[in-house]
Amino acid sequence: MTDDPVHSRISDIVNSNDIVLFMKGTPLFPQCGFSNLATRILEHLGVDYESVDVLQDQAIRQGIKSFSDWPTIPQLYVKGEFVGGSDIMREMYEAGELQQLLADQGLIAAA
Amino acid sequence: MAATEIEALILAAFPDATVELVALADDDDHWQARVVSERFRGMSRVAQQRAVYAALGDRMGGVLHALQLTTAVPT
Repeated sequence: MTDDPVHSRISDIVNSNDIVLFMKGTPLFPQCGFSNLATRILEHLGVDYESVDVLQDQAIRQGIKSFSDWPTIPQLYVKGEFVGGSDIMREMYEAGELQQLLADQGLIAAA
Repeated sequence: MAATEIEALILAAFPDATVELVALADDDDHWQARVVSERFRGMSRVAQQRAVYAALGDRMGGVLHALQLTTAVPT
């Protein structure tokens, strides 16, 4: 999969940023309710994150689906690892697991 | 995409599942689904949801625009 140029670009993005959210729109102007939820969770946690607006890049919009083996946007990556979409983010957040994951990675103070 | 179609596709892959569908809009296009199946036991949330997406095939993001999905094992 690394011989796919789009996958290589995505790989570079997720490996050069601690937290990356692939979303529709921007954190200031999300273009989809699911992406909005994802940004609100990250902002509530107070973490810095990189966002990628897939609406501005059709290659990434399609490529991220096969890269992650995940059919929908948004998608969250932490330290290069796929975490999930907005439903999983919400479930993990409500269970305290997202906070734990970020704390384990040294990205937020431990609870 | 009609609720009965979504439920049928999920049940074809997970015959033991209970599937609850709630319409998020009045357009047959935005759904909330909760799928509970013994087959999810031992699987991560990502693996559980990938399995449901696989059952829905390429409809996800196409004729099925939005699916808010939660998965669980029976308690």
